[in-house]
Amino acid sequence: MSARRIIAVLLENEAGALSRIIGLFAQRNYNIESLTVAPTEDETLSRLTLTTCGDESTIEQVTKQLNKLIEVVKVVDLTDGDHIERELMLVKVRAEGAQRPEIKRVADIFRGQIVDLTPDAYTVQLTGPSEKLDAFIRAIGRAAVLEVARSGVSGIGRGDAMMRL
Amino acid sequence: MAEMLSGADMLVRALQDEGVEYLFGYPGGAALHIYDAIFKQQKVEHILVRHEQAAAHMADGYARATGRPGVVLVTSGPGATNTITGIATAHMDSTPIVVISGQVPTDQLGTDAFQETDMVGVSRPVVKHSFLVRNAAEIPMAVKKAFYIAASGRPGPVVIDVPKDATDPNAKFEYAYPKDVAMRSYNPVAHGHSGQIRAAVKLLLAAKRPVIYSGGGVVQGDAAEALTAIARRLDYPVTNTLMGLGGFPGTDRRFLGMLGLHGTFEANLAMHHADVIFAVGARFDDRVTNNPAKFCPSAKFIHLDVDPASISKIIPADIPIVGAAAPALTGMLGRLETELERNPDAIDRDAIDAWWRRIDGWRGRFGLDHDQRARGDAPLLPQQVVQAVYRATRGEAYVTADVGQHQMFAAQYYLFDEPRRWINSGGLGTMGFGLPAAMGAQFAFPDAQVVCVTGEGSFMMNMQELSTCMQYALPIKIINLNNQALGMVKQWQDMQYGGRHSHSTYKDALPDFVALAASFGHAGFRVDTLPELEAVVAEIFSDKYKDRLVFLDAWIDPDEHVYPMAIKGGAMNEMVLTRNGGPAPPP
Repeated sequence: MSARRIIAVLLENEAGALSRIIGLFAQRNYNIESLTVAPTEDETLSRLTLTTCGDESTIEQVTKQLNKLIEVVKVVDLTDGDHIERELMLVKVRAEGAQRPEIKRVADIFRGQIVDLTPDAYTVQLTGPSEKLDAFIRAIGRAAVLEVARSGVSGIGRGDAMMRL
Repeated sequence: MAEMLSGADMLVRALQDEGVEYLFGYPGGAALHIYDAIFKQQKVEHILVRHEQAAAHMADGYARATGRPGVVLVTSGPGATNTITGIATAHMDSTPIVVISGQVPTDQLGTDAFQETDMVGVSRPVVKHSFLVRNAAEIPMAVKKAFYIAASGRPGPVVIDVPKDATDPNAKFEYAYPKDVAMRSYNPVAHGHSGQIRAAVKLLLAAKRPVIYSGGGVVQGDAAEALTAIARRLDYPVTNTLMGLGGFPGTDRRFLGMLGLHGTFEANLAMHHADVIFAVGARFDDRVTNNPAKFCPSAKFIHLDVDPASISKIIPADIPIVGAAAPALTGMLGRLETELERNPDAIDRDAIDAWWRRIDGWRGRFGLDHDQRARGDAPLLPQQVVQAVYRATRGEAYVTADVGQHQMFAAQYYLFDEPRRWINSGGLGTMGFGLPAAMGAQFAFPDAQVVCVTGEGSFMMNMQELSTCMQYALPIKIINLNNQALGMVKQWQDMQYGGRHSHSTYKDALPDFVALAASFGHAGFRVDTLPELEAVVAEIFSDKYKDRLVFLDAWIDPDEHVYPMAIKGGAMNEMVLTRNGGPAPPP
């Protein structure tokens, strides 16, 4: 049973650490759907969230192999428990004449914000789970979409569950 | 006041403080400051190789023979990339080596400078870890961490890439070698979980058809003694992987021989019919399991390994134990004694006796010499050469091998009673490994008998090192099983490609190996019949050649195959035993 997984990784904030993680996925034929990384409040650590999919034994290998990397401090499969996932999308949409109010309405329904505009287009900012962003694109219609920039998924456990050293 | 040293001096000093005896290396532009620092000291001896790949294999051979990290020093660019095969070899077989590579100065990094290669990038998939030194002050800690990471946990190769400006002789820094190293992200597990050990002992004691399957982790983890004690206390059969030979005494009657693709009939059958398999420091490699779906259908698995990622990777473990082999096995032995004290009849002796009768039946009918017997009066056979070397060295030599048929014959017919005596490239299968690995072992133990069993194909991949052997007067004995072909390739072509020998022979293009050896000041012999064999081998290993490298060019039957051979995609009880015999009847 192949399922989508969100894996959070704390790693030493050192040059080359990220390339080891990406290299591991390429080398072992694991798939990466999205990946985000940035330093944490502790500047010696980076936090990386990646989404991947695979059956249970593949995901077990993914987490074990990640843990083997010397610079990886901690690995948590967020999908093991309750969690929040968010992705940011900036999307440039064709918006001319009568389309303009319609686009605005759809953006409102998805709680998006128009953050830039030209006479022919809107740039909409949206956050949410990846499926919501996919649904927005479907609602607008692919033909109207001029450009998409997505951040990849970031995630955190719900409640008291905390990922720290 | 703290001592002030340049980066180059700090690097060499750190190696001294780490207790390094030998550096296997080759100089070049980016490493010249380091070479100058080496020139000014005597504690670390530098061995000048003829090719950087061989330097990595020498360090690897040294590490496998001693258990201590082997060290390599090369320049940037081609010097660094030439070590990659050696690093990958060490990575696949989990041996501790530290490779120090020169790099272009930091202000030239990324500019496609002369002899620039992204060594950290190129080596990344085949190292346990790597360091790019950003400035000289980082050197002592980088060296400390490199040796710690290389040798601890599941050992492996570590690269330290050192830009030339970090070794500038004019920039001096305070030097102090760190006493300890602590890394929040790297804490290898030592002792196994006591609950898991209890469960494992219980399952082992309840077994009716047990097999202990041990691998390289027992050899590398210095756990042969503990494993042997457990196997003898239980009187259970033991099989070793190619990497694990010597982890249990080869001459003990409980030893079934190697298992797997070219494993013995009795080892593979015992595995197939076992009800409990205790895997120690072994990783269920595809050359062992053949088809995982058909692998050992009635067995429960206890799997002890220092690397959690090796457990349940191929075959799900019923009782996983993460731990270093030696402390975990010692813990198990203690637990076993407690259990047996409490209940001396815990082992079902009748069942174990019946199991041994079955195993001895298999061994008697289709044991290793079955194929030799089937050949009748054949020309000189490679197995006979290995057996003659075994007798002449009383089974006590350090034996290295290259890759191919000769490697399998050596693994099958040379019985290792001690760990670290059998040195071969098991995981990566690197032709050209044998001679430099033998050199590393000989440097580690100058008075020991070191034998390189090779084939002419493998030997020609690193034969330039005959010159290094001349320079350092290494008295290695090279046994060249010469079948004038790439024997293992040819065997597969015979068995699976209708005998079409596509690019696997070169018989009119071989050098005169005796003359070749002589041109480097070594002794050379040639033998091609069985009656001459014993006398020639006895002479080679006599005191007369104690201090010389001897090359024995043994012209063997070019048509010999390695048997048993597992049938592709089958279970462990499916194998071919002789050329014309077809598959063995699976009992």
